[in-house]
Amino acid sequence: MFSERMSPRALLLMLPLVLVMIAVIGWPLVDTIRLSMTDARLAGTSGEFIGADNYTKTVSSRNFQSAFWATMRFSVWSVLIELVLGVLVALLLNQRFYGRTLLRALMILPWALPTVVNATLWRLIYNPEYGALNALLTQIGMLDAYRSWLGEPSSAMTALIVADVWKNFPLVALIALAALQAVPKDIRAAAISDGANAWKRFRYVIMPYLIGPLMVALVLRTIEAFKVFDLIWIMTRGGPANSTRSLSILVYQEAFAFQRVGSGASLALIITLIITVLAVAYLMIMRRFAGEAR
Amino acid sequence: MTLKLRAALMAATALCGTSAMAETTLNALFMAQAAYSEDDIRAMTASFESAHPDVKINLEFVPYEGLHDKTVLSQGAGGGYDVVLFDVIWPAEYSENGILLDVSDKITEDMKAGILPGAWTTVDYDGKSYGMPWILDTKYLFYNKDMLKQAGIDTPPATWAELQEDAQTIKDAGLVDHPIVWSWAQAEAAICDYTTLLSAFGGDFLKEGAPEFQTGGGLDALHYMVDSYKSGLTNPNSKEFLEEDVRNVFQNGDAAFALNWTYMYNLANTSEESKVAGNVGVVPAPGVEGSSSVSAVNGSMGLGIPSTSENPDLAWDYIVHMTSQPVQDTYAKLSLPIWKSSYEDTAVTAGQEELIDAASKSLAAMYPRPMTPRYQEMSMALQQGIQEALLGMASPEDALQGAADNSGL
Repeated sequence: MFSERMSPRALLLMLPLVLVMIAVIGWPLVDTIRLSMTDARLAGTSGEFIGADNYTKTVSSRNFQSAFWATMRFSVWSVLIELVLGVLVALLLNQRFYGRTLLRALMILPWALPTVVNATLWRLIYNPEYGALNALLTQIGMLDAYRSWLGEPSSAMTALIVADVWKNFPLVALIALAALQAVPKDIRAAAISDGANAWKRFRYVIMPYLIGPLMVALVLRTIEAFKVFDLIWIMTRGGPANSTRSLSILVYQEAFAFQRVGSGASLALIITLIITVLAVAYLMIMRRFAGEAR
Repeated sequence: MTLKLRAALMAATALCGTSAMAETTLNALFMAQAAYSEDDIRAMTASFESAHPDVKINLEFVPYEGLHDKTVLSQGAGGGYDVVLFDVIWPAEYSENGILLDVSDKITEDMKAGILPGAWTTVDYDGKSYGMPWILDTKYLFYNKDMLKQAGIDTPPATWAELQEDAQTIKDAGLVDHPIVWSWAQAEAAICDYTTLLSAFGGDFLKEGAPEFQTGGGLDALHYMVDSYKSGLTNPNSKEFLEEDVRNVFQNGDAAFALNWTYMYNLANTSEESKVAGNVGVVPAPGVEGSSSVSAVNGSMGLGIPSTSENPDLAWDYIVHMTSQPVQDTYAKLSLPIWKSSYEDTAVTAGQEELIDAASKSLAAMYPRPMTPRYQEMSMALQQGIQEALLGMASPEDALQGAADNSGL
């Protein structure tokens, strides 16, 4: 974009936007970086410069490491399941059958719900005393007695992942469905008359059209999942015994509950860095596929 | 500029509305959990507004956990609230960071003389008062009278050991699977239950500023929780329960004993709300032979004025109204008054004599959680420790030692 020569007039016209962007993106970022190198507190003191102390302390702390792995587990599993489920559902909804439009509309519903509503809903479903999940599983005989889902470290994370998948697989399905509709009918017909079986048709005819959009979905969902806060905050508040505390919750506690904005800022920037890596990967993939499409 | 703009907007709204008077708006932050109900608070506020037609009060209700963070955050953002509800554990931190106004000189002699001394500990720190006490609360032991009778138990337990025995008797009689229910979720609620036990076992949170809860009575308290949990006498779901979950289980008849705040007494005794209405008994939380006769945590809360308020005088008038004896006496079903003489007023005590009787012993025994500016951090470390011990991820000794190391103290 910058390789094409720009006239001074064009630059001048862009100036207001550049100034606004510096004010609303650049300045807060620079100020956060400054803050991350101080021992500032939320109220009271604006802090002294302490260099990279916050970063070294943060990265080596037990809390950070456990939150990092909890976030990783959450992101990897929920995104993976969302991708597989999303593609399967998209393949189904791409078939011709009676009631397809209704089903497509229904699928969007979970995704359209606010996360807060979704989280509250699942908390009710998982309620250990009166929840629907316990009732269902005991009635069909898969469970002997009611159990606690969000109160045990072994099941709490899985329960959160299920709640996240339920809400977010429709997005992947939607993207995949759009991609499927771009597969030319004649190529499919040709593959069928050449005797390719269902798997081979999926692998060699459909997959090439699907892979680009799926990579986009993968990266977008990973970035989103990595930032998870509200779902966990409402369902477990990071418990039991902090086993589901995500990095975002850690930032929130550090900066606002413990009022150490300096170290909270350093933590936030570390997360930003991780997400930036993901975003760069996203841009590279986008470019590659944009290049191929041409 | 914003002030002028706001004033102009208010004038405009006033002109459009029925009243032509210029209005002052106060923003107040309350909680939607335990103690006074939202309806009660709205009604109390309405009576203030009708006495002050030029004042409008915006009420905001958040869960308990949101109170602290909202107050502190609004401060960081330059204000927003004129009145905030605060918990007994926050004045130290608020005072250190200048979050609340010192209102010591606004408190009159009548207030000093008329209000229970224990209530003042809620708002005082370092010799200064940061607001008015409003909710005088502690955790009581609630019991299902029917179940105790059926199990042949005549009097509710007076010691924690007796509670275990009685629970065992009830469990053996097959009346209920898990007789005791608590709020042990990873939240402040768990610390309140733990504090009650710590006080019963004669423990200390801190000694000369350093953690002390990992030894003596503090350790005994966690041992008691873990034993009760492992023996199945405690509802295992307690580890994800907050106060409202405890109330649900208890008033559904699924527990014989529950530890909870004052507000549960009248709600669990109301037939629209509860299946055990009329069968709810309340006594002070038990003691431990040789070290205490009853136990209690100071779970009181006060109303204060953030230092960024633009209308501190009006805010104070509102606080005086909310904490006044007539208002508190009118709404004494979910939260008991801070005023001494209210406890002799039959209009207040009628129909809840049992609760008043328990309160007279419990309120006198209220044990404070530590007054430290680093309270939040200590509390969260302790919550994690308690859960680790309950879930069997660590022994009570190791869990509390870990909490002490992680407490930032």
